[in-house]
Amino acid sequence: MANVRLDKVTKQFGAHTAVRDLSLDIADGEFFVLLGPTGAGKTTILRLIAGLDKPTAGRIVLGGEDMSDWTVAQRDVALVFQYYSLYPRYTVRQNLEFPLKSKVHSYSRAEIDERIERASKILRISHLLERKTDRLSGGEMQRVAIGRAIVREPRVFLMDEPLSNLDAKLREALRAELKDLQMKLGGTFLFVTHDQIEAMSMGDKVGVLNDGQIAQVGTPQEIYNRPRDTFVATFVGSPAMNLVPGDLAGGKVTAIDGKLVVPVNGHAGSAQAGGVTLGFRSEDIRVGPDEATEAVVHDVENHGVEQIVTLRIGGHLVKATVPANVPVTVESKVRFGVDAAKVHCFDAKTGVNLTAG
Amino acid sequence: MAVVSSPRKAVFNRLAIVGVLIATIVFLAPIYWIASTAFKPRELATTVPPTVFFTPEITPFIKLFVKRVQMTKPVDKATYDAAPWWEQRIYDGGERVLRTGGAVQLSAYPDRFMNSLIVAVISTILAVGFGTFTAYGFSRFKMAGEADLLFFILSTRMLPPIVVAIPMFLMYRAVGLNDTHVGLIILYVAFNLSFSVWLMKGFMDEIPKEYEEAALVDGYSRMQAFFKIVLPEAATGIAATAVFCFITAWNEYAFALMLTNRRAQTAPPFIPSQLGSGLPDWTTIAAGTVLFLLPVAIFTFVLRKHLLRGVTFGAIRK
Repeated sequence: MANVRLDKVTKQFGAHTAVRDLSLDIADGEFFVLLGPTGAGKTTILRLIAGLDKPTAGRIVLGGEDMSDWTVAQRDVALVFQYYSLYPRYTVRQNLEFPLKSKVHSYSRAEIDERIERASKILRISHLLERKTDRLSGGEMQRVAIGRAIVREPRVFLMDEPLSNLDAKLREALRAELKDLQMKLGGTFLFVTHDQIEAMSMGDKVGVLNDGQIAQVGTPQEIYNRPRDTFVATFVGSPAMNLVPGDLAGGKVTAIDGKLVVPVNGHAGSAQAGGVTLGFRSEDIRVGPDEATEAVVHDVENHGVEQIVTLRIGGHLVKATVPANVPVTVESKVRFGVDAAKVHCFDAKTGVNLTAG
Repeated sequence: MAVVSSPRKAVFNRLAIVGVLIATIVFLAPIYWIASTAFKPRELATTVPPTVFFTPEITPFIKLFVKRVQMTKPVDKATYDAAPWWEQRIYDGGERVLRTGGAVQLSAYPDRFMNSLIVAVISTILAVGFGTFTAYGFSRFKMAGEADLLFFILSTRMLPPIVVAIPMFLMYRAVGLNDTHVGLIILYVAFNLSFSVWLMKGFMDEIPKEYEEAALVDGYSRMQAFFKIVLPEAATGIAATAVFCFITAWNEYAFALMLTNRRAQTAPPFIPSQLGSGLPDWTTIAAGTVLFLLPVAIFTFVLRKHLLRGVTFGAIRK
């Protein structure tokens, strides 16, 4: 196992820059999740680490060694693809032993069998070993693909949205399994996803990627509670954080045509007065008769234990999480307030969070 | 058959079957003609109207394989009775078998047939082999002027080959490739290579590159990944390409006629040269043609599944 360091890595495809001057540190034994929308450069980063693509500039260091001139095989990393890419015409067993039969290693027959047995037991695919891969379900295929990664002991496990082609139930189950697997193996995992739930639930650390650059790196809690800019704030969390334009003056933000006034703390209190973007999450909104601001219920989405209520104030829409037992009807009037301790104040121009500092 | 959903569809299906049947008859008629002629007695081969019912005989095939000469006077009874049955059939036709010492002289047909096999098989292996590697390179790697190079390869097929027949003949004579197997093989590889590259590129493009990338990550070199993963996946394409290349090389007539005459002559120019003196012996020519058709028919039949896939490739998606 090894740590991974990307040092000012840039990757260009023709005129398009997929990764821009990106530096990243992944500690040994860490479950690191790279989270970002489609086209942010997540897969490119994995391919650069695996050696399938060469960076235009910058260095990739694995376990203290510069990998720039190493071939893919020499890097000894494992990569699980989004589309499984199991070898066709091979049985599950042949797929699993394929990496072990490489000339890079020289395992004895007994050792190969033992490793396959161990991996298939962990992934519960022992009964499928003699089956051809085209006779497998999606979940089984992905298990085999993961199995092909864990039969050897690679320096790093790279996973490219391995769960995105599975149905919701299976995805949830495999999410837990993968996290469990990482604990058991103790390996360094770099897991790429566009699904923020996967990122929050699995990652020791999450790196949010935007347009080929790292927007923020932190624990899931840090990312959620202290987003560094408006991109992270809106990308992480469901429903997305509410953002409304406002004015900062005297430690208070006045927003929505003066209807919402919130005192701000932290660095933002002493920041220069002027235009800001006020951000607050739906669960930090209180709805009740004694609150300060009046709104009209625009829409109600029932989620079982809670409901997501869209409030309309003038021309602005704000989403609030309300317990399911509070009765709300569309187009009725309600009053709401915002938990002042949880609001974020972003610079209107740069989008940088002024509250978190 | 699938369940027919409506009467109109049923009628359409019947009509389609009738249409296919007619087309099949039209296409098979010449093959039937040649095959039936190969088994006819010589005097029935050119009757008008054609003879449909006759007692089949294998005399044409016997004649095909032995060297014969026209007799000036009929054979005497004792010799005739002492001859084996097949030799008697030759005497019946007014010819006698040539012998050296006691042994029957074989005709040139087996040699020419062998030449055809050697040239077609080797040129097919080379064309498909080069084509596969070239197509893989074009499919997987970026290179400068890729589209231009591909177009250049295709453009070698734009000129009707016969246009360059005379320069080819002069060049071949100058370098001593005239009437050699190597000469024909070089020519047929050149004919087939562009076709092979383009067809194989289509197949290579269809093989997801993730398979090889997975193999690279699993600790294999690009070469190993090609042989272990790509080649088995391309087997269908290789088979289809091989059939097309084989048929082209096997059937080629014009250049074989011009560039070979004895040692390396293939069957296509040889068979009509058997028209011989006097009245043409169509039955022997037909027998030669029927035997000549067999290898292609067998080769195509063995690879028919791949061939069908090869013809429809691109239409099928996973």
